[in-house]
Amino acid sequence: MNDWKNVWILAEVNHGKLSPTAYELLNAGRKLADDLGEKLCAVLLGSGVEKFAAELFEYGADIVYVCDDAHLANYVDDVYAKTLAAMIAQYKPNKFLLPATNMGRSLSAKTAVFAGTGLTADATEVLINKEDGQLHATRPTFGGNLMATITCKRTRPEMCSLRPMSYEKAVRVPGRQGEVIRFAFDAEKYTSLAKFIEFIKNEGDGLDLSEAEIIVAGGRGLGKPEGFALLKKLADRLGGAVAASRAPVDNGWIDYRYQIGLTGRTVKPKVYIACGISGQIQHMAGMSGADVIVAVNKDPQAPIMKVANYAVQGDLYEVIPAMLEALH
Amino acid sequence: MDYAINELEQEVLNATRELAQKKLKPLRAEMDAKEEFSYEMLEEYRKSGMFGLWLPEEYGGLGGGITCLAMAFEELSRVCAGLALTPGTTALGAIPMYLAATKEQRERWCYDLASGKKLWAFALTEPEAGSDATALKTTAIKDGDFYVVNGTKHFISTGKEADFYTVAVNTNPARGARGISLLVIEKGTPGFTFGKKEQKMGIRTNPTYELIFENVRVPKENLLGSEGRGLLYLQETLDYSRPGVAAQAVGIAQGALDETIPYLRTRKQFGQPIITFQALAHKVAELAAKTEAGRALVYSITHRMDAEFLPAVKEALKNGTSVHDELKKIKGGRWTKYSAEAKLFCSNTAMEVADECVTLCGGIAYTREFPLEKYMRDAKITQIYEGTVHIQKNEIATALIKEYASQGE
Amino acid sequence: MHIVACVKQTPKSDNVKIDPQTGCLIRSGAASDINPFDEYALEEAVTLKEQLGGTVSVITMGPPQAEAVLKDSIARGADAAYQLGDMAFAGSDTWSTSYALSKGIEKIAAQNPVDLVICGKQTNDSDTGHIGPQISAWLGWPNAAFVKKVVKAGEKSVVVERLTEDGTDVLEIPYPCVLSVVKEINKPRVKSPKGRILAKRAQVTKWTADDVGADKSKLGIKNCPTNVVKSFVPKREVCAVTVEGANGKEKAAKLVELLKENKYI
Repeated sequence: MNDWKNVWILAEVNHGKLSPTAYELLNAGRKLADDLGEKLCAVLLGSGVEKFAAELFEYGADIVYVCDDAHLANYVDDVYAKTLAAMIAQYKPNKFLLPATNMGRSLSAKTAVFAGTGLTADATEVLINKEDGQLHATRPTFGGNLMATITCKRTRPEMCSLRPMSYEKAVRVPGRQGEVIRFAFDAEKYTSLAKFIEFIKNEGDGLDLSEAEIIVAGGRGLGKPEGFALLKKLADRLGGAVAASRAPVDNGWIDYRYQIGLTGRTVKPKVYIACGISGQIQHMAGMSGADVIVAVNKDPQAPIMKVANYAVQGDLYEVIPAMLEALH
Repeated sequence: MDYAINELEQEVLNATRELAQKKLKPLRAEMDAKEEFSYEMLEEYRKSGMFGLWLPEEYGGLGGGITCLAMAFEELSRVCAGLALTPGTTALGAIPMYLAATKEQRERWCYDLASGKKLWAFALTEPEAGSDATALKTTAIKDGDFYVVNGTKHFISTGKEADFYTVAVNTNPARGARGISLLVIEKGTPGFTFGKKEQKMGIRTNPTYELIFENVRVPKENLLGSEGRGLLYLQETLDYSRPGVAAQAVGIAQGALDETIPYLRTRKQFGQPIITFQALAHKVAELAAKTEAGRALVYSITHRMDAEFLPAVKEALKNGTSVHDELKKIKGGRWTKYSAEAKLFCSNTAMEVADECVTLCGGIAYTREFPLEKYMRDAKITQIYEGTVHIQKNEIATALIKEYASQGE
Repeated sequence: MHIVACVKQTPKSDNVKIDPQTGCLIRSGAASDINPFDEYALEEAVTLKEQLGGTVSVITMGPPQAEAVLKDSIARGADAAYQLGDMAFAGSDTWSTSYALSKGIEKIAAQNPVDLVICGKQTNDSDTGHIGPQISAWLGWPNAAFVKKVVKAGEKSVVVERLTEDGTDVLEIPYPCVLSVVKEINKPRVKSPKGRILAKRAQVTKWTADDVGADKSKLGIKNCPTNVVKSFVPKREVCAVTVEGANGKEKAAKLVELLKENKYI
């Protein structure tokens, strides 16, 4: 077990863009590496990705392992998982954090079986247990009703996927350097029967909810799909984005892409304005990281009113237009 | 209350309740407001086997009878009487076919009927022939292997959406009522077009259309039974279908109560829930009692009907004969009076219950935020289609006069 | 076409209660049902069967009462049901559970070759999303997770759309393969009357770890790689400021003022 050293993070690259989760994982991983007295290493998989290494060093990576090959241009589970498992076998990391993004979740799961080790899903906090140096990964279960701390005692690396937005981005140190280690892609071994055909970029407003600083979200209390037009007005006025809880999505009032919560997206805006959202625990799981929560709800007993920084009891169809007026 | 239903009927009840709550309820307000047919719900009905409840397993049906059909119609109408008509009117359009069809015709049509791949509709009413079916003016004149159909039908439920129309025509106008026959006319047959769509008070999710036939050539294989027997099949069809309308009315009444009672329990005035005011509580009790009485009447009749209908179906399948012919062998008397009584009582009950429920709940129930105004609009149709309440009274009175006349002086 | 849908019995998410002292799930009175995400997996399997012909088998791993979700699946259109039940499975994590399921699927496939395994995106009780990809890893089959559409199910392969954070990937995957599906893929049907009757009469095939030839050193709470160290009920901050005002308009004005004052907007 002592052969297994260093803390790894997967720096996910999507279509030529480094995922913001990479900076969060570097922040989470830095602390683990320091506690263990080991190195923090980032893994880059893809085609034309080596250029990101410099940035990863500046955000705290000591070593960047790069497997840069045209075969890795698009994410295909087996190709990536086999590559990653081979890298694990060769370099023997102690801990390995991946992002709990769609790709990260699926890749971490397959890799854990190929690497014969344990994996904790969607953790929101990771620590090194002082007594034994084990990774303690804490994650919500039962829709956020219960937190569980999970460890992987006998196998290495201890793998864990980390929920996006659970950690702040690492602090950038301009000019910080590190070591690049290249890992050769083996086209004979790292294969998949699945064939990547194409990627279709999302059409629409172009606004990434996870990057919005202000979010105006609507729930069941909107009562009708047209309610989102009103929320959009407020969001536009504030330079923010519109989102939804699960009920309007299930009712077909708005596309699933806008859903916040356990079964939707996790966001961490500066301001989250919840309109007509009761605040079920599943929804809170996706937005409780907001700096400020504003709740507009008819029901003063609604759970959201208890967690909101500013609770406005009232009819959103009265309050929102009045807010627009006040902002004018 | 348990109406001594069998396992099959119980599962139909359980399944339609779940279907109505999970699939129908979320759609009803929006579709009613848009006055649109729901293809989403059509798909759900197909997946749940709602079109084949009353058809034998040989054709991919469930093997139930009139009771299963009525129960499903009650439970669906309890949530939305309009969208309940998708399987409801298909059954109405297909019953005359199913009764009169030869073995070949059954095999031609019943598989797609049971799966819901093809919808059916019933076309009797004309601008000048409604309650008086004998006055119908649509003609079908034999021309070799075809009938040439000319005329107009109106107020046809599920018009345009249905694939097959069971159309009452006159094949021998010289013989008047004795010239009436039933033809199955398929959508898309040249010369068969749709006229205007009606703007209705209720059941707005079900499209009501005018059917226009201009020299439509219908193969003679689409004639049901024999020429000139149309009125007989129509009467037999209505005997079986009117308890269905009665069941729908019971569903509407029950649905209105389902919306009303919880509201009366939570709405407070003068410091107390308004249901604790005896005047209101007694009104609710009365409405609930009438609803239950209607339900008891419906299922007493359908169970008796099934005791003849199901064995007749079995024999027809075995012998390759028509269900109508097998029923004739089994049957004692006509169901006309009982069917009319059920429809009369239940449709009047539905209208009364919906009306009173709106009053009980007050202002909120007059708005479209609350579903009760829809129940009230929908309830009205049950007093009108498949014979108005007055026609039901005629049927009952005629039967009574005959009964007492036959007892002699 | 032989499709296996993986299902799990889980507590209904809206009425989960946790003992604040012990941090344990209060099972009594907690209604259990099919994991809501698995409904989409089953529906997709049944829809594909209806289009292409074939058989849908359902498999679950769980205690005796989990038989109920298999019967439920029959009522929604599955044809055959298999239950992995054995004390050796108890307490397994996703690594061990996916191993056990893969052994069960191998045994099903030995009787009737399997083309497609479909799993839900995740469960509502543990929310991992591991099972689909991990089953495929054990079986050595290709897979795709977060599948939102089956574009075409052909003779030899399936073309699927996969949801990503910034768009949609289109992949062609030959059979046999494993898909994990998200809820955008379809609208699950309710149990039909016929299905309900078939479910009552259905026989569930029950297998132990030995029956499926599973290596017990890979199973159960003692052998699985991960373990729960502790569990606790999350604390929630209460910091609400109720924005006062005579009416909605006044409250709105006050709120805007507060947000501006604190430089949030």
